[in-house]
Amino acid sequence: MDLNFSDADLAFRNEVREFLRTGYPADIREKMDRGIRLGREDFLRWQQCLHARGWAAPNWPVEYGGTGWSATQKYIFTTELALANTPTIMPFGLSMVGPVIYTYGSEAQKQRFLPDILASRVWWCQGYSEPGAGSDLASLKTRAERDGDHYVINGTKTWTTLGQFADWIFLLARTSTDVSRKQEGISFILADMTTPGISVRPIITIDGEHEVNEVHFENVRVPVENLVGEEGRGWTYGKVLLQHERAGIAAVARSKYRLDTLKRLASEAPEGGTALMDDPVFRRKVATVEIELLALEYTDLRTLAAVATGGAPGPESSILKIKGTEVQQAIDELYVEAAGCYAFPFTPELFTSPDIPDSTRIGPAWAADTAPHYFNGRKVSIYGGTNEIQKNIIAKAVLGL
Amino acid sequence: MDFSLNEEQALLKDSLERFIQGSYDFDARRRHLASEAGYSREIYAQFAELGWTAVPFSESDGGLDGGPIELMVMMEQFGRGLVIEPYLPSIVLTGGVLRHAGDDAARARWLPGLIDGSTTGALALQEPQSRFDLANMRTRAAPGDAGWQLDGHKAVVLNARDADLVIVPARTRGRDTDRDGVTLFALPADTPGVTIRAYPTVDGMQAGELLLEGVSLPEDAVIGTPHAGLEVLEAVVRDALLAVSAEAVGIMAVLVEKTVEYSKSRKQFGLPIGAFQALQHRMVEMFMEHEQSRSLLYMAAMKLASEAPDASRALSALKYQVGRAGRRIGQEAVQLHGGMGVTDELDVAHYFKRLTMIDLAFGNADHHLGRFAA
Repeated sequence: MDLNFSDADLAFRNEVREFLRTGYPADIREKMDRGIRLGREDFLRWQQCLHARGWAAPNWPVEYGGTGWSATQKYIFTTELALANTPTIMPFGLSMVGPVIYTYGSEAQKQRFLPDILASRVWWCQGYSEPGAGSDLASLKTRAERDGDHYVINGTKTWTTLGQFADWIFLLARTSTDVSRKQEGISFILADMTTPGISVRPIITIDGEHEVNEVHFENVRVPVENLVGEEGRGWTYGKVLLQHERAGIAAVARSKYRLDTLKRLASEAPEGGTALMDDPVFRRKVATVEIELLALEYTDLRTLAAVATGGAPGPESSILKIKGTEVQQAIDELYVEAAGCYAFPFTPELFTSPDIPDSTRIGPAWAADTAPHYFNGRKVSIYGGTNEIQKNIIAKAVLGL
Repeated sequence: MDFSLNEEQALLKDSLERFIQGSYDFDARRRHLASEAGYSREIYAQFAELGWTAVPFSESDGGLDGGPIELMVMMEQFGRGLVIEPYLPSIVLTGGVLRHAGDDAARARWLPGLIDGSTTGALALQEPQSRFDLANMRTRAAPGDAGWQLDGHKAVVLNARDADLVIVPARTRGRDTDRDGVTLFALPADTPGVTIRAYPTVDGMQAGELLLEGVSLPEDAVIGTPHAGLEVLEAVVRDALLAVSAEAVGIMAVLVEKTVEYSKSRKQFGLPIGAFQALQHRMVEMFMEHEQSRSLLYMAAMKLASEAPDASRALSALKYQVGRAGRRIGQEAVQLHGGMGVTDELDVAHYFKRLTMIDLAFGNADHHLGRFAA
């Protein structure tokens, strides 16, 4: 047993750090550090910076533009990006539809779509959930009926994250109802968002943001060549997609960054007051979260070490999503608590206008986003398979119940 | 970054696994518990024959040069078997003082017997008022006719009655809570003035109150540097924290396994109770708590092995987690076993008891959370 990284891994880490020092655009960094919301172009430009360095898709096979890194290198890369407070890499193209296309797509689809995904020239969104199909995703009702060389799609998708930015959507739609199991007869289809009949309606979330959408399909005609793989096998492909990104699912490094920042902020005494970190009760509360995160970090590393030595992730990897989201939400709560009365003011204009001088802000700059962030963050135990669904999966797959 | 055991460690684990699974029978354990010694001397002799009592000591002392990883490997298996033989008091605690005190004469005198299993030891770490503060010590050693005279009361000393050697820390100068002024004494159990009020503990161990009234010890009874014993005790407690945490993780693994298996066979309302989602999710919580504890166990063992500067903090994180998770896993294992879970007949009850009491050993969850947060 050994805690250390190899010299080669440490050299790699320096390479990543050096890149972040010079290659992370200063204006995006400033927005991130000040809690200002990023726009479509900010996300794309950051991903294009990574692409220019050849680092856009560490998990892809080398032949499609992947890096060929070891599991340890991928871990170091993810960790360093989080510790530098870089924007989340939008998963829809690079982590979700990309792997499905290079695994199950046709040659033509690979050539048409993969280069644009890799270079972040196209924004993708996900069409899985429906108003009547959440945790029970396979009960989805969106229909894709064959009509000559086209599928005609009718139905409604929901919780479509940043669908308002999207150029393309990948969706699961029912191509057959004559099936013995509801998981059969579902197909994986790609659609251009400008196709007539597609409309996007915003859903305003609990924090006042426009982050998710409903996407309506009304007699939308999509060419049959946009079907990925075989008709009726979409459920299998979709499941593979959900399992694809085990690494990083616990968001350990991002949580560490947020917790360390919180500890620093809560250690500063307001003028005439005392620092919250000097309150032993709060301090212990922080410590409980820190210990849970430390345990999670080593659970993550155990998974990494198993994969790095050519093995399969052990059963401990199944807990990463649940524990990771629990820790994120616990940290969100600590931020609200630390902000105190300045968690109250609702000033969303601060998140969109970088030019507002600090002197006109209300309360400490970091406090403004704490409550919205907490409220919004309740989603993390709901999306990507609720934590209750995750427990069902562990009960069945790991405990054999 | 490597979480695998090296070849020797894997062999050690194998040898313990075979013994615990093959020979360490629960009914025999019950008989040994009820015997006069409270454990099996025969089994303890086998531990020595197999070399396990030699593992933590250096080769020059007749040991096998094992470190924290080896200790973790062994203690986890002892947890799985719910072992009652005095490995912790004799090898980890008493042997630990001898290892850490840097006293050649004391090692030469006492270690051979501890290693070959012909003698056992005890460490009198606590007093009625000390709770988890090692420096809080009212037992005093004053210069006497031919050496030292000790007076005081040591509380809940593990293996007190059986021990041939009891190591007694006593205050040789300063106030009752000073860090300085603690001296370690080797006390042969048959020394006049020593009273041991022995009793079994609720979790299957043997312990006793150690009362010292005008006990005379020669000058050479001092182990290590006079007045500087506290640092030795702290080093021993670091090892002990890892040891009992590893034991606890072994117990947690067993309780998760046994509970899941039981839920597959126990039928109510026409179904195995494991088919009920309310119970499934609780077992998943048990599973997660066990895995998170295991992760911190590995972390702390590696930090201690590499003498990392934050090893003590890592151990506090581990002991906090073990206390909290142990409570949850133990209580849930009993609850899911229903009425059988609170019977003496079922081994689950005994695992629960040991797991519960480990929290109170060497600082409980609250104590270590406070240390971690400090």
